[in-house]
Amino acid sequence: MAVVELSAARSSAGARAEQVARASYGRLLAIIAAQTGDIAAAEDALGDAFERALAAWPHDGVPTNPEAWLVTVARRRHLDTVKSAANRLSAPLDLQVAAFDRIDLEAIPDKRLELMFVCAHPAIDAAVRTPLMLQTVLGFDAAFIAQAYAVPATAMAQRLVRAKRRIRLARVPFVVPLRDDMPARLPFVLEAVYGAYAIDWQLVSGPKVRDSLAAEALYLAKTLAVLLGDEPEALGLAALIAFSLARADARVAADGCLVPLAEQDRTLWRPDLVREGETLLRRAHALGRVGRFQLEAAMQSAQCAAVRPDARALLALHDALVRVSPTLGARVARAAVIAECDGPRAGLDELQKIDGADRFQPAWATRAHLLAALGETDAAASAFAKAISLTTDAPSRLYLARRAAEVRPSDR
Amino acid sequence: MHYSLLLHAPEPGEDVQVSPEMMAEFETAFDLYAKELDGAGVLVSIDILQPSSVSTTVSLREGSLRVQDGPFAATKEQLAGSFVIDVPDLDAALAWAEKNPGAQYGVIEIRPSSLVYRDGGWLSSN
Repeated sequence: MAVVELSAARSSAGARAEQVARASYGRLLAIIAAQTGDIAAAEDALGDAFERALAAWPHDGVPTNPEAWLVTVARRRHLDTVKSAANRLSAPLDLQVAAFDRIDLEAIPDKRLELMFVCAHPAIDAAVRTPLMLQTVLGFDAAFIAQAYAVPATAMAQRLVRAKRRIRLARVPFVVPLRDDMPARLPFVLEAVYGAYAIDWQLVSGPKVRDSLAAEALYLAKTLAVLLGDEPEALGLAALIAFSLARADARVAADGCLVPLAEQDRTLWRPDLVREGETLLRRAHALGRVGRFQLEAAMQSAQCAAVRPDARALLALHDALVRVSPTLGARVARAAVIAECDGPRAGLDELQKIDGADRFQPAWATRAHLLAALGETDAAASAFAKAISLTTDAPSRLYLARRAAEVRPSDR
Repeated sequence: MHYSLLLHAPEPGEDVQVSPEMMAEFETAFDLYAKELDGAGVLVSIDILQPSSVSTTVSLREGSLRVQDGPFAATKEQLAGSFVIDVPDLDAALAWAEKNPGAQYGVIEIRPSSLVYRDGGWLSSN
């Protein structure tokens, strides 16, 4: 039955195209975009190439090297679009499969690293760097990214379009920074990749889509680590995400209540991801240059260990983290560990020293727990109330409300 | 304490096109936001307003009754909705204002209430 065969060929060609899209989208897009610096036009060209593939492959057969086929078709189309009519390539597009099998994609340099540096360029608004990376390197559409950010798709699409226009008009170069510039530029890229993982910490509790994005963040971090080769912080970031991801299922209980690390059901942790985190962290340490993400990963590693970590050892990591990256979050976390070492009073004293934490939810939550541990019921109750008022995330709210109720069971 | 999160935004018109898809997305986003406010026990009321072209203004301050169609002030951005929440302080109001979907395309003005009329009497908002 010819019809059946044709439809089988079509669906197998379609499946192959989908597979290629999944595995190589960012790689192909980077190659095409790097030609002209016009990401939007490159996306159109690649989309067009995939469409042509779906039309051509069922008849001509799937090429041995589908990526090469796609990149060639897309490149031609891309140059046609961006060049003026007079400059058009004169040769007609030959879609015959055989013509592409000679092209070796491996011989074409991987431009994804350049693309990542473009996405996280200082000239690009910090809030759009992560979405831009998700779209260009991983191939997610604006609607999916918008869902993860709990932002309407049209709003997200507009921001992405604007950023791409900016990259094109301002000519943000598709280059990996030279050695001297690297220390200044790399943190932006790491931060943007981390952003893909940390999305769910910044927003109201929402759709499940963020969980799947965390896995993509790990993929992105590992890709970055591979492309950079010997960058310990990229490995550290990948390790950090692996450890955090390992505990994803244990973080919220069935009743929707947050479960703090120390109380988590360890059987829900993913041992494969913990192992992966350890391996990545070891490789990072071997390079002998410590940094923020490695330290955070080391803390996670300690927490994931079979025996409860020694508080003093943990404190040394927190001290180091506050030295290299004195963020509010790092300083509050350090105060909590100081409380573990030297008692709640010492932790409270440390919290007191932190400026600018008046509106910072973790500071109030930590303060509330420490006051409760000291038996200062009234102060604890009001600190819990303050912490709860600052919490928009439902699982954290529920957790704090329960702890507050334990402090003063008869309260209101 | 009552705070009004007042959403000011450009109105759909010649300059600002709003597609049905965009409208549907924002409806979903506002629905999620309303449920979050409600679930957290801080929601007092939400009113999403019709366009200011439907507005009518009334005044007697010149002595005689003046009824006019159109908004109070013809500005580019108009009041588009109000979200009244009951939270302890400005920090908490800020935390919720940041999550308001309207902040994606407009500006949220956080205005604390002074007095609230409830159960037949005036109460201080505190």
